[in-house]
Amino acid sequence: MEQDLSWASAAQIARSVATGETTALNTVDDAFARIEEHNPTLNAFTAITVERARARAKAVDAARDKMSLPLAGAPFAVKNLNDIEGLATVAGSKINRAHPPAKKDSPLIERLEAAGAVLVGALNMGEYAYDFTGENIHDGPSRNPHDVTRMTGGSSGGSGAAVAGGLVPLALGSDTNGSIRVPASLCGIFGLKPTYGRLTRAGSFPFVVSLDHLGQLARSTRDLALSYDAMQGFDADDAACVNRAVEPTSALLERGIGDLRIAVAGDYFRKGASPQALGALDHVAKALGATTAIEIPQAARARAAAYVITATEGAALHLDRLRKQANDFDPAVRDRLLAGAMVPSTFVVKAQIFRRWYRERVLDLFKQCDAILAPATPCSAPEIGQQTFTLDGVELPVRPNMGLYTQPISFIGLPVVAVPVSLKPLPIGVQIITAPWREDIALRIAYALERMGAAAAPRPTL
Amino acid sequence: MAGPPLDDFIVAAAAALDLPLQREWQAAVKANLEVTLKHAATVAEFALPDAAEPAPVFKA
Repeated sequence: MEQDLSWASAAQIARSVATGETTALNTVDDAFARIEEHNPTLNAFTAITVERARARAKAVDAARDKMSLPLAGAPFAVKNLNDIEGLATVAGSKINRAHPPAKKDSPLIERLEAAGAVLVGALNMGEYAYDFTGENIHDGPSRNPHDVTRMTGGSSGGSGAAVAGGLVPLALGSDTNGSIRVPASLCGIFGLKPTYGRLTRAGSFPFVVSLDHLGQLARSTRDLALSYDAMQGFDADDAACVNRAVEPTSALLERGIGDLRIAVAGDYFRKGASPQALGALDHVAKALGATTAIEIPQAARARAAAYVITATEGAALHLDRLRKQANDFDPAVRDRLLAGAMVPSTFVVKAQIFRRWYRERVLDLFKQCDAILAPATPCSAPEIGQQTFTLDGVELPVRPNMGLYTQPISFIGLPVVAVPVSLKPLPIGVQIITAPWREDIALRIAYALERMGAAAAPRPTL
Repeated sequence: MAGPPLDDFIVAAAAALDLPLQREWQAAVKANLEVTLKHAATVAEFALPDAAEPAPVFKA
């Protein structure tokens, strides 16, 4: 009963709970102790759910067949745009704090708990998810466990800090333009953004519905796969959720990369990348024996179109709040949304037309390869508060530009696993991109990289 | 669309959309709008056939 659980994976915890080496209650209490110790520094959590978590843990401990619970006793937390029964779904905002408490948990929370996991709290995020920094004017910035003066990345910044800091082994995030992959990269952990339409978004506060995805962050590929398998399944309450059979991935991880054809994105995805980003990409490519360069056509335009759709759809979502409560927004978010509201609709339609064209061209690439590698972020974690960085000799604002390499991918809903490379002093991520619905391939490749030691979540000193 | 015409556009759009626009916000709104319109122009200049259809309900 005296195991050190502080860096255990969800899979390891579930095994220990199932075999009686520890209890779910012990793992949950242990997580709360770590949260109490480190959250004042990391600022990852905005709420903790002690009573329900301890009750849930006791129920897991009382279950007859704990072997059938793949996440038995594994503590997890969720970005605070997910509904948690009894709490207002704040989505990083001040405005939503006036909302009534959610009447029930989001379906993804329900599904994870049905698999034995235990919710321990809600996580900090950039306001209304319009963010790549992990900073929040109302709750303060989440802090990178590898250097607490640096950004976690956003908008799932609390998710990155909580997992990379060892507070929980698993966290839910959301990804509209890169908000899982960016914090995964900057915090040195694994992230899964599944295919658009795969995981239900019901019970979560939206941002840009035609681009929004939910997914998760963890310190191992197996934890991504176990939780992903638990969360799959159709849900009519999400208009974009596709009615598709559950396709489990956990049992496929050991298959290795076999004869998978793995290419490396060139051109746009190398331009502007820092030596660290390119070094990590080349390191992963070398480990996989990936030597074929591939051009994702019109990636810069894809990013531009995603930018336009995001600005305008986001503005439409918040139009009434902008009219009535403009002073209650984070000014940086408000000014972007106000600008988005003023973009002529002709440009939005053009962006959606381009989106379909681009999708067809990129899907063609998967006739030549099974996966494409690309940097996750142009650089490792900037300093908290840093406003600009220099990419390819051009000074650019940090906040909208950390997603340069993630936006062209989520724009057409492709599944991606971000894997961490343990560079010193700071880690950085690489994207493994596959065709729609082939999360299994991306997870297999990530798992193979982990087995080779080419990808790993480094443990910070806190 | 840069310079004074964009300032005029922003003021007019805010009025038409019934959006509050305090004077001290205007520079940041303009900066954001300039970037978004630049991206929009990049997309719009890309020639596609008249038959190309949008993907408002996207399916991967």
